[in-house]
Formats: sequence, C-alpha cells, structure tokens
Amino acid sequence: MKKFCSYILPLLAVLAASCKKDNFDPPAARLHGRLVYQGEGIQVEYNQVPFQLYQFGFGKVGPVSNTQFTQDGSFSVLLFEGEYKLTVPNGQGPFLWKKQANGRPDSITVRMSGDQQLDLEVTPFYMIRNVQASAAANKVTATFGLEKIVNGVDGKNIERVNLYINKTAFVSSGGDYSIASSQKGSGAITDPASISMEVNIPALVPAQSYIFARVGLKMQGVEDMIFSPVIKITL
Amino acid sequence: MKKLVSIILLATIAAGGCKKESEFLNVDPTAILNNEQAFNDPALVLSMLANFYNRQTDFSTVKNWESMADFSESFPSQNGGPKTIVERNQWDFGFWSTWDYTLIRELNLFLHRLNNATKLKDDEKKRFAAEGRFLRAYYYFEMVKRMGGVPLILEPMTWDYKGDPTYLQHARATEAGMYDFVIAEMQAIRSDLPADINIKSRASRGAALAMECRAALYAGSIAKYGAVTPTVSLPNGEVGIAAAKAVDYYTKALTAAQLLISGNAGTYALYRRNADLSENFAALFYDKIGNPESIFIEDFKLKSGKVHGFTQVNQPRFGAEEEEGGRINPSLNLVQAFEKLDNTFGPLPVKDGAGNPIYYDNQTQIFAGRDARLAGTVMLPGTLFKRRMVDIWAGYVLADGSVVTGDDRGSQKTLPGTTQPVQVVGYDGPIHGKEHTAQSGFYLRKYLDPTAGSGSRGTGSEVPFIRYRYAEVLLNAAEAAFELGQTGVAAGYMNQVRERAGLTIPLVAGDINLGRIMHERRAELSFEGHVVFDQKRWRNAHVIWDGVPMNEADLLANIGSPSKHSTQPFSLWSYKVHNPGSPTHGKWTYRIIKSPLVTGTNRFRMGNYYSFINNDIRSNNPKIVPNPNQD
Repeated sequence: MKKFCSYILPLLAVLAASCKKDNFDPPAARLHGRLVYQGEGIQVEYNQVPFQLYQFGFGKVGPVSNTQFTQDGSFSVLLFEGEYKLTVPNGQGPFLWKKQANGRPDSITVRMSGDQQLDLEVTPFYMIRNVQASAAANKVTATFGLEKIVNGVDGKNIERVNLYINKTAFVSSGGDYSIASSQKGSGAITDPASISMEVNIPALVPAQSYIFARVGLKMQGVEDMIFSPVIKITL
Repeated sequence: MKKLVSIILLATIAAGGCKKESEFLNVDPTAILNNEQAFNDPALVLSMLANFYNRQTDFSTVKNWESMADFSESFPSQNGGPKTIVERNQWDFGFWSTWDYTLIRELNLFLHRLNNATKLKDDEKKRFAAEGRFLRAYYYFEMVKRMGGVPLILEPMTWDYKGDPTYLQHARATEAGMYDFVIAEMQAIRSDLPADINIKSRASRGAALAMECRAALYAGSIAKYGAVTPTVSLPNGEVGIAAAKAVDYYTKALTAAQLLISGNAGTYALYRRNADLSENFAALFYDKIGNPESIFIEDFKLKSGKVHGFTQVNQPRFGAEEEEGGRINPSLNLVQAFEKLDNTFGPLPVKDGAGNPIYYDNQTQIFAGRDARLAGTVMLPGTLFKRRMVDIWAGYVLADGSVVTGDDRGSQKTLPGTTQPVQVVGYDGPIHGKEHTAQSGFYLRKYLDPTAGSGSRGTGSEVPFIRYRYAEVLLNAAEAAFELGQTGVAAGYMNQVRERAGLTIPLVAGDINLGRIMHERRAELSFEGHVVFDQKRWRNAHVIWDGVPMNEADLLANIGSPSKHSTQPFSLWSYKVHNPGSPTHGKWTYRIIKSPLVTGTNRFRMGNYYSFINNDIRSNNPKIVPNPNQD
C-alpha cells in the first residue's frame, strides 16, 4: 500500500497528465467532394491525378497535403481546422484548371471548421457520353460518343480511345487495373459521336460471373486520360 | 659567486622560454595538415583527388547490382526489397535524383586553394586543376541528366554570419547552359590532360573528349526530340532545349568523337583479342592488361580494400564460391532483341508456324546464329562459366505436354515408366520465387570475373566499371552523323562496332535510322547505365514503358522497333523431353513464361523525365523552380 502510494500513484498521475500535455488531437475536419462539369462527375485514372493543399505560415514551401483523386473523381482528406489553398498542379488532369495571368495554377481558398463538401468545377477537354457496354460470345462490346468541350487554342485532339476490362471495380491501364484492353487510334475513329469497341475476355482465374468495363480517352499532349464511369457487366 | 651563477642560469632559461605574446598559443597541429602543407605536396593533392574520384555518382555500377536490374531488362532474383522492381506500377518522381552540393563545394574549394598554391610545379598544377574541373563537370553532367538545370556554382561561397542567406541562393541554370558548361570545360581542360590510353582511372584527354562527345549528343537529342513531349519543359529553359540548337550540338558531338577516333588522345581501339567473339566481348570488361577500349573507368584492386562483390552476387549459383549469386537474370525481352546474323530481327524459334513446339538437340542451339554480344552479355543455358556448365533447365516435358519439375534446386522425382528418382530441375533453377536461381532462364555474363576467388566474399573482384569506352564513342559518332544527315558516315561507325560482334554484313547508308541506332546502343551497352538516359533524351521512355501489361503475343511482335513497349520481364525456360520411343525423346524444348512474381508494370510518367527536387531543397532556396508534370 505504501509502495502504491509512494511510487505507482504519482507515476500514474504523471502519465495521465502527460497524455494531455504532449498529444494533440488528430485532424478531424473532413474535406471531401468530387470533380464535376456542369453537375456531372468527371472520371479519371486511379491515383494519377493529384491535388494539393497549401497553408501559409510555416516558413517552408511545398504542399501540406499531396493526394490523388480516386477513379470516380472524388477525394477526401482529414484536416486540422484553419485556412487552406487547394490547387491542381500544372499539367495534371484531363481538364482545364483555372490559371493565373502568369500561367501558374490558381487556387481555391478553403476554410475548414468542421466537415465540408467541396465540388471542384473544372472544364474537361472531352466528355464521354452515352456509354453502354454488354458482353456476348466472350467479348465485351462498348458503344459511346465523345463530345468535345474545349475548343479553340486550348482544345486537344484525340490520340486514342481504350476499352479496359478488369476483374475488380478498379479499371484503367496500369498493371493491376486491367486484364485486357483494346485500342482505337484517332485515325480509326470516323465519327467521334458514335464509337463502338470490343475486347476479348481472357480466362478469369478464379472464375467469376461478372466483369467491370470502362472506356478511356487519351488526348494528344495531355498525359492523363479521361474515363467513363465503371460499368459492371454480368456474364 | 655561486648565487650569481644560479641567477644567470635562471635568467637564461627564462629568456629562452619567452615567446611573443601573439605566438604563445600558436602551435601547429600535429594531426591535421593545413592548406598550405596540403596543397604544396603533389602526393597530398593526388590523395585529395582520389577522394573526389571515389565520390562520383554513376547510374548503374558494379558496386550496386540493383541499379542495373530495372527497366524489364532483367528479373531481380532476390526476395525482399529488390523484388519490388517487378512489383511496382510506376516510378516515384524522386527516382534517380541526386543533389550532392557538398561534393561541388569541396571541389570548388579544392580548385580555389590549388590555384593559390605556390610550390607545385606548373605542369603538375595544371593537370591537378584539369582533373578537379573534370570531376566537377562529371558530377554536373550527372545532375543535368537526372534533374535538368541546377544551380551552377563554380566558386566556393562563404557565409557572412549576417543572418540573411539570400545572396547564397542561386536559381537553376538552363538545361542548355549546363550542357554548354560541360562541353566548354572539356574543351578547356583537355590539352592539360595527358594523351595516354593507359591512364584510365584518372582523367585523360580521351576521357575529356568522350565526355564532351556524350554531353553534346545528349543536348542535341534533347533539343531535337523535345518536340515529342512539349509538356516536358519549363518556360525559362531549366528543362528543355530549343530545337534550333540541335545541329550545333550534334556537330560538336561528331567533332569530339572524330578527334578521339583519329587518335588525338592516343590510339584507342575496339577490344579484339579472342577469336571467339562472345568470349571476346565478355573479356572486354574483365581484361585489365592494356585494354585498348576502355577510356575512363572506376578501378578496383585486390587486397587494397577497394574491391567489389559483383561476381559474388551474380555468379551462377551452382558450384559457386559462395552459396549465393544469380541475382540479375536478363529477360527474354532483351535476349530476343539481339539481331540475327543477317541483320534481321526475330523471336527465338520456340514454336513452328502451326504452333507446335520445336525440338533442339542441345540447349544452346536455339540461340545460334545471333549477334555474338548475346552470349557475351547473357549467360545462356548450356554454356560455361569458370569451366563449369550452368545447370539451368526447368524440368521434363512428357508426351502429353505436362511437366515434371521440382520446387527446390536439383529436386529429384521418379519419371513415369521408370523406378529410380532422377534430377528433374537444374541446380541453377529456374524455379519461381527461388532466389538466386536463374528465374528468367538466364544469368548475367557482363562484368563477371573469371578469376578464382572473385565470387567469394573475402576476396572480391577487381574488374573495373567502365564509364566511357571506345565503342560508345563510335556509336555516339554514328548517331551524331545520322542526325546531321551523314548516314553513310554513320553506317561506317556502326559497322565497326557490329563487325566486332560478328555482324559482318555491313549496313549501308539507307539502313540507318533512329530505331537502328537505339537498338545498337541497347545491344552494345546494356547494363552499362545507358538505357534510361538514352530513352529519356530521345523522349521515348513514356512510349516503351507505357504501363500496359504484356502478353506473349505482345512480346513477340515488332522486335527491334523503337516503339516496342517493354513493361514486364519475360522468361524463357528450357525443358528436356521425356517420351521414350519417340524421336523427340531426350531433346530440348522451350517455353515462354511470365513469372507470377511479375505483377507490376513499368510506367514512365511525364514527371519522370526529370527527377523531383524535394521540398526541403526548395524551402532552403525558394529560387529553385520545380520540375514539370509532378505533384
């Protein structure tokens, strides 16, 4: 008992008190949203299109958060309360991000106090419209149209379109994200408003009765592709 | 009287012990040489230079096998860390970055102090200064290849303790400015360097010409092919070179190469000492006695403390001097890219037109009739190293096409129709996931040292790492000539290199195109640290490493084409046929395999063309602009 009073109790008191002093709360304010154009979501490649959050006043350069959009164009970060600037770096994303007069990307001021939803309005170079996909005879066939949104000097030409299929709902070009794909160069596209593509389904190991498909568009001079929503097809 | 004597004695001692007040504590250190001592003794200056030579950065080097294993040119046969090379889906933007301004500062201090030295002989001083400038340019060249333009600091800077570091912060030079610097330095110092081909581990006139030639070629191709990737540029030229400068750079590259070829720096020549051309090509890297081909090397010496373990980590594991080896397994992608002797490309014949397997009498037959550099670069199954045959074979194929194999090196099993267990897989593999076996079906031959003891940890190897060699200068000359429209001249240089590799049908002017040159550099210079920088300067890296997974049809199509993608390393496994009574019994057959361990792909993003300059560097110096296309 004496030992308890003389050593353990003060020790516990110190420990309990020190927790309060040394630790601060983790960031709890959630900023989330998605990329939209006229209310319609923009789909991008998983983990390839970044956005950055900056904060003034730490005597350093560089973003405090450097994260990527998910494949459906949504994002979500946990932040401390305070004022941030959100931006998409130059040359990233299959869309036009507002720029300042000196050519550097403009930013959006975000004041965090509690959760906040923030949809980012951007102008994509193209939109992929009326996507339909079906499977028959061990093939996935997709039809869709391309609508050119940005015309004039900033407009981009079509380089190619791809139809990707994957066993999981993550569908794009990279190693883990497609089991097969087919490609059509711009020369093979006669009418951008109505394109049809097909791809053979390889053996699925282990077997499954469904597959996910997605159409992607690559533009000349833009690294990131723009995608259609992922479509689940029952085989 | 006695008293007087003692007083005089005391006075003498006291007088002798007195020093001027200002000198009282001024005692020379006994453990440190001051600048005056260090810079007035040629042996000490040389020892400082030795330190700088040792600190240079190379992209791929025998000191680090993993640096050679990337880009699907090989499969890394070691579990744990190195295996991520085939598991990752892209390179981080920070890959290949280097930022050693400590070295730059020390080189600047060295040059500054050397300049003030008084007791060195003039010719000694000139040569030392030239070496210091050579090494500084060498590192700046290494930096510009990776980072683009960087602050070009040529004088040692001093902190004034006034609290404002702004005057020490320098903006990035332009990429063209960096290359101009390297070219100008090499031109300025080359006459101060000895024109002696036996000086290989120190700067020589040949080394200066070779570096000038390579730098000018890099700058020329960045200027010319920058148009392919317009987004890889910065408005003030820290990245990207104006297209108009291309011809000038190519001309400089060709001039420098021709000076070297014409013997201005000593009579360098291609290494030709062995009638067996493959053995000759392998020997070019390990023969240290008066090797006429190597120009500038990082040298090693047995029993000196400076040795490397490249042979130890890459030797054929079976019967090796240590129970390890076999880490770099060249991929089928690379192996099949070596030309046939009629100057055409084609896959290794594994199946006939109808899709049936082709049977061979021995293991090496399938590789016959190809570029001799194949067997000089890659250790093929059925060939010898240190007089022992490598034991690479994947198992027995039975009549129905099924395979009998084991999951350990040299496993034994009983074949159908027999009673005794026999060995069913090679002691060198290949076995998926079994590290140090030849998982791609091949081992590496380049740089492997045939000397006894080279594969043991205690002894190591003294095979040098060749940074510049004559064959590269010839290929640089060929490329520069081609870009200047002199295709006939280009063909002449290419043919010299090709003839040494057994490709005796000469190319004519009309055969030369960029694809040919790209291929030739890959065949000649693989595993020598060129692949990534070559692809970067041709702005072709994002084409061939596009991140799209490969299948067998992909692999076999368009061999030799410059746009053929190579994102995953493939394997070629050999099998013995067990089919008693059939004419194929006992023969060899091959299968193309993609290892299940290869889950990632090579994806070279636009932001990979120039490595990320990290935020700490940029915080310390806000004048540094970030590289393009990165986040």
